[in-house]
Amino acid sequence: MPLLEATGIVKVFGKLTALDGAALTVADNEFHGLIGPNGSGKSTLMKCVAGAEIPTQGKVSFVNRDITLLSPTERARAGMSLKFQITSILPTLTLYDNILLALQAQSSLFDLVFSRTRGVLHDQVMMMLSQFRLADRAHDAAAALSHGQQQWLEIAMALAAKPRLLLLDEPTGGMSLEERRVTGELLQPIKQHCSLVIVEHDLDFIRDICDRLTVLDQGRVLASGTVAEIQANKSVQEIYLRRA
Amino acid sequence: MLPIVEGVVLIAALILPLVLQDYLTVFATRVIILALFALSFDLVWGYAGIMSFGQALFFGSAGYAVALMARDLNITSIFLVLPAGTLIGLATSLLLGGFLLLGRHPSSVIFVALGTLTGSYAADRLARGWYYLGGQNGIPSIPSMSLGSYDITEGPVYYYFALGILAVVYLLCRFLVRSQFGLALAGLRENEQRIAFFGYKTQHLKAIVFAVGGTIAGLAGSLYAFHEGFVWPNMVGVVISTQVVLYVLFGGSGTLIGAVIGAVIIEGVSFWLSDNYREIWPILLGVLLLLVILFRPLGLISFVLGERERVGSFGATRKEKRNAAP
Repeated sequence: MPLLEATGIVKVFGKLTALDGAALTVADNEFHGLIGPNGSGKSTLMKCVAGAEIPTQGKVSFVNRDITLLSPTERARAGMSLKFQITSILPTLTLYDNILLALQAQSSLFDLVFSRTRGVLHDQVMMMLSQFRLADRAHDAAAALSHGQQQWLEIAMALAAKPRLLLLDEPTGGMSLEERRVTGELLQPIKQHCSLVIVEHDLDFIRDICDRLTVLDQGRVLASGTVAEIQANKSVQEIYLRRA
Repeated sequence: MLPIVEGVVLIAALILPLVLQDYLTVFATRVIILALFALSFDLVWGYAGIMSFGQALFFGSAGYAVALMARDLNITSIFLVLPAGTLIGLATSLLLGGFLLLGRHPSSVIFVALGTLTGSYAADRLARGWYYLGGQNGIPSIPSMSLGSYDITEGPVYYYFALGILAVVYLLCRFLVRSQFGLALAGLRENEQRIAFFGYKTQHLKAIVFAVGGTIAGLAGSLYAFHEGFVWPNMVGVVISTQVVLYVLFGGSGTLIGAVIGAVIIEGVSFWLSDNYREIWPILLGVLLLLVILFRPLGLISFVLGERERVGSFGATRKEKRNAAP
């Protein structure tokens, strides 16, 4: 059974049909890229998977459980994590506290009130910051980071709770070439314990890190397969790659 | 800097009755109780981002409840009336908070602000129209609160008693907002949607803080009722609900000490202005409040407290790290 299976997803906003029967299947430890021209429905599909939007029709299953109508909180508790398209770190808090906030999310109320897990989580916080090359700035306010570092911090926050599925919406948006390369390097190690769905415009980046791709066009799946299969797909080349 | 400000305020509060005339000590006691009330609003607005425009509902309900206990049941024991008033604050805030905050979808700030405002307004109208509660006149001549055979009457004893309660509640609030729970509240205030995606039950967090705030308001309302010796409909209404918002905005929200300073300065300046400019003092006070809110949107406390210290940090202490080490 796949880790994530979204089938027949329809999402209508007023008179606009953003998704028209889209589907997405992700296996354990798979890096899956979601690509398509602007307005093809990538971000909407991501939101339907994450719970930020409820589909008009269709079904989303995660670890053999129907999560179509679950709230984002319940999905997070089931092992799903999201990095938003617009950076959503907490700018006035320190980097350390941003990570701690993500790590302690499932602690009990008693543990939170009496700060019972703060000491235990310290090493994990520092490990996450080190993994994303931010340890030396642990006690700076997150607002003081560069745009690229803020994106890394948010990925670190999304990964902190050790999710089984990480959803990344345009993680390299606004990054320099060097920062994109480093982001790819930072993401590789998580493959051992986590699957990834990534929406991204940078096709080189997607090609380098993803195992499989799904191509959306006008709210429908145009093609889905390995990177090589998608690259060889005539419809994709004609409809998507030419536009890109 | 924050501990210094807190220390200065505490020392000033401790020596105040020694230098004040008796009638001013009575006034200072009232201000101490209002500062306790302001803490309740700072907790819900300054830390959890819940705009409660009806905080007086919990303050006044508790006041009325203890006044009825004293009038109808002759119960004035401190060990009964204060817990009862505190519980009334808890119960009313749980009820209103459950309705406003625990819906299927997260509530907007405006919805909660209007909901609490409506609750406070409705309670005011109810109190004015209900003969049993004394109607427009409220409940006068409440007997003094008692500790065994000793009556706690207004003056230095009541002052230090109220100050002791304020200090204990302040320390408890400080402990709460500096804990990991406080970090969750900081996340809630800054980006509620984001932390929901981490797995936080944000609506539950809000309802808990709202109830804690209501409980403190209930305690303050009980103290106020016995100190003033009467309760009246304004105590549950919109006027006092707005007043507590001003205390916190003026002093600086999200700092606890800002709420205390705001209550002290607004009440102190009102007292002085009304004594010296009998006719135009409300206008002068309004101008002062506007100037502070326009030029110091983070309140007076921002003169001495930077953004970093105001937000605080929540990392593990050395002791916690040492205890966690294998």
